[in-house]
Order: sequence, then C-alpha cells, then structure tokens
Amino acid sequence: MLELKNVSFDAQGDNGKVEIVRDISLTVPDNKFIVITGPNGGGKSTLAKLIAGIEKNTAGKIIFNGEDITEKNITERARLGIGFAFQQPVRFKGLTVLDLLRIAAGKPIKIDKACEYLSEVGLCAKDYINREVNASLSGGELKRIEIATVLARDVKLALFDEPEAGIDLWSFKNLIRIFENMQQSDKQRTIVVISHQERILNIADEIIVLAEGKVVKQGSKEEILPEIIGTKYAAGACYKLEGAEENA
Amino acid sequence: MLKMDAIQMQLIREIADLHDVPEGAYNFRANGESVGRNTTANIDIKSKIEGSGIDIRIKDGTKNESVHIPVVLSESGLKETVYNDFFIGENCDVLIVAGCGIDNCGQQDSEHDGIHRFYVGKNSKVRYVEKHYGSGDGNGKRILNPVTEVYMEEGSTMEMEMAQIKGVDSTERATVAELKKDAKLVVRERLMTHGSQTAISTYKVSLNEDGSSADVVSRSVARDTSYQKFDACIIGNAACSGHTECDSIIMDKGRILALPALEANSVDAALVHEAAIGKIAGEQLIKLMTLGLTESEAEEQIINGFLK
Repeated sequence: MLELKNVSFDAQGDNGKVEIVRDISLTVPDNKFIVITGPNGGGKSTLAKLIAGIEKNTAGKIIFNGEDITEKNITERARLGIGFAFQQPVRFKGLTVLDLLRIAAGKPIKIDKACEYLSEVGLCAKDYINREVNASLSGGELKRIEIATVLARDVKLALFDEPEAGIDLWSFKNLIRIFENMQQSDKQRTIVVISHQERILNIADEIIVLAEGKVVKQGSKEEILPEIIGTKYAAGACYKLEGAEENA
Repeated sequence: MLKMDAIQMQLIREIADLHDVPEGAYNFRANGESVGRNTTANIDIKSKIEGSGIDIRIKDGTKNESVHIPVVLSESGLKETVYNDFFIGENCDVLIVAGCGIDNCGQQDSEHDGIHRFYVGKNSKVRYVEKHYGSGDGNGKRILNPVTEVYMEEGSTMEMEMAQIKGVDSTERATVAELKKDAKLVVRERLMTHGSQTAISTYKVSLNEDGSSADVVSRSVARDTSYQKFDACIIGNAACSGHTECDSIIMDKGRILALPALEANSVDAALVHEAAIGKIAGEQLIKLMTLGLTESEAEEQIINGFLK
C-alpha cells in the first residue's frame, strides 16, 4: 500500500517559487489498477516522479508498505519494488534490449525469458532482442521496450507516465491489451497509470483526478468516469486556454 | 611449446582471448624474442633478416584461416620497435589477431612500437583484431605507439577492430590507408583512458579510385584527468564514399579533442563526418537507477555498453 501524507513539491520558476504539487494526501490500495488523470500541468508526472524518488518532495511523507521512504533515493525505492516507465524513454548507445531487460530483472535471465517480456508488449522478440536501444528504434517501439523493462522487474508498484504518448493508433490498441493483460495477471501488483485516454480510464479500478497540484476527485471508475467525460478535466489543454481567456 | 610465464600468459589472455596455443599460424613475441611460431601450408611467417620483425605471407585463395601475432612485455625498461609486414594474396578470407600487452612493475618505462603494414590482394577479405592492454603497479610507464598502414587492391575488404580499454599510459596511434577500385575499409575503434593517460589516434584514409569506401568509427571514454585526441581525415579522390564518426563520453576531468576531417578532390566524392562529445546523460543514469542499480553501477553499465 502506498500512502502520501501532505506531500508538496515546489519548483523554482522564473518568477520565484511555483507550487507543482500542493499538500496531496492519498492512499493507493494494493493490487488495484489506478489511473491518474487531469489537465496538462496539473502535477501528474511530478507526482509519479515523487513516488519513484526522481524528484524529492519539499514537504510531507511518502509511506510504502508501512515504511517511510521519504528520504530514500531512486535506487533504494526501486529495490523496495517501485517501478517507473518514463513518458519519454531514454536511448542508450550500445546497450541492447536484452542488456536492458537483464539489468531490469536484476539477474542474468535467459533469452527465452526476455522474449516472454517482449511478446507481452507485442514485440516480435527475435527481431528486437539484440537491437541496440538507440535512435534506430521508433518512439512506439521504445515505449513498449520501456514497458517491458517494468514487466521484467516483478515490482509491487508499477508507475506508467502517459504510456500512450507518442504511440500511433494501431499500437494504442495493443497498449490497451497489454494493460488488460497486466490487470488480469495473477501477479500481485498495483498499477498506477497516468493517462488522458478514455479507454485506459475505462479499465481502471479507481480514478484520481489531479488539477493544479491537488486531488480534485478520487473514486471508483463507475463513480468518476461519467463525471469527467467531456468535462474540463478530460479536456486538457483547451480547458486551460479557456480558463486563461476567462481570467483575462 | 610456448616459453612463457604466468604474467605473460595472463597478458595473452587479455589481448588475444587465448587460453592455449591457437589453431593456424601464429607468432608469439615476449620481451623482444619470438617464443613460439607455427606456419601452415598457406601462411608463412619468417623473421626479417635484420631481426626487427616478421614477414607474413598468405597465399592466393587462402580461406577461413587465421594468424595470431600477440606481443607481450613483462620486463621493465624494455623499448622495442617491430616491423610486421602482411602480404595477403588474392581472393583470401582471413582473420588476423594482433595486440600487445605490457606488464610493468618496475620503475622504468616499457614501450612497444609496432609498425604493421598490410598489402591486401585483389578481392581478398581481411578481418583484423587488435587489442592493447597494460597492467602492473610500477612507476614505469606503459607506452604503445602502433602504426598501421593498409594498401588495398581492387575489390578487397578490410575490417579493423581496435580496442584499448585499460592500463596503457601513453598511446600514439597512426593509421594510414590507401584504397583502390571498389575496396572497402571498416574501422571500429574503442578506447578508454583513465588516470593521467593520454591517447592520440590519427587516421588518414585515401579513397583513390571509383567505388572505394571507408567507414571509420571511434567510440571512446575519457575518465579522471586523461586526455584523448581523435584526428581522422578521409580523402576522396574519386567517386567514392566515406564516413567518419567520433562519439565520446567525457567524465571527471577528462579532456577530448575530436578533429574529424574530410577532403574532397573529386566532385563525386560523398563524404560525411560526425562528432559528439558529452557526459553521460542524467536521464540515462536515472532510468537505470529506477531499475535498481546504484549510480556508479549505472555508470559502469552505460560505459560497458557504449564500448561493447
């Protein structure tokens, strides 16, 4: 179980301090599929990075399975079972897909095991296993490999930052299938996905709506989804622009 | 039988990946003397009359054979210059493994300057692998200054793989190549310097006839206060294609000077160069740390992959 207690994050902007995450307290129960949604700039990615330790919260506490991890670094949190799939996956010259999956697994896994993870994300394993994770891979391919590195880790909490970003329509169908499979798998893990996509929201057990650094709604899909479809929370950038006009 | 001690065998393992006497032709040189040699029906090795190196002659049509010519120095204060000439006939397909390992536990500098000349016959294919390695904790420096000259006849191909990953204090490498019609040269250089080491690598590749091509790629890592200079010039004198690339990671207080250069003397010469120097990207470290590695483990993985 993940608990955030009064977590805040301030960044230094051009005009002084900017509050990105404001005093968020929430509980993410075990073995659930949670989707965090809300307008751009609402603090979703930052919140995920705070949980993984990539950014350090400026106030509040983060408790993971009863342990206070607020002061723990990225590596320590990873070893406690927190996984993170980046919105924009990183490229590595020289490291192959197999190298990366082996690093992720934390042991020298056999090729057939690595192939399973690739198949799970819809990549034909034999075409990819020895490819370098470099600029020769497309954004969509990279994104799936990124997801495979999280699958290979056997984590307790998997965070996915906008997995659909940069993925074409065809690949998007596969992406949904990957998450459906993950959700139905018997592995005990909590999945937290940051997404704007209705189809991903549709498979959530629980939805959290974040705006202006705060939780504005949290509840079951049945409860939240009808409220946000077609509203300002699902509308993203346009809402912000309209808001700006109204304020002008 | 090879007359070598444990340190020399260890050096051989590092540079040639050999645990025993290799198959095929070989010449092992240790502390300035030949300590083992084997020739085959197609590959002959003879000492030069003046004793400063060897001539390797490979007959026309020799296929799937190899020549190993490792050199080790384990005596402090030894300086040598060795000339090895390879005469490769026509229509061959051979592997040549060279390399030098220096173990210097003493106070005096040890130096090996190997001058390798390759005459590659028509339509022959050569793969050349060269590794350099240094060990020993003495104050004496370990110095390697290899010179490689490659003369390629029509339709020949040469792939050169050169690596220097550890322990060589000072290196000045010069590679010169001249290519005739449809000849193809591929160079893959990998270099890591640490401590206060210096490494200079110079290439001058002349594409003299139509259809010739060269691809010279260097990947290097400079750590601590080490210094590297990569100076690669491809000269296009005909309808040819050339590409040179220098890709470097810089760490600590390392310094790198990359000078990729192109000279086109023909309107049909297609030449490209690329150079990039930078530290390890923070996001690469973060990604590997989210997979459970510490920062220094992540750094090692990134460098190992980069130099693979």
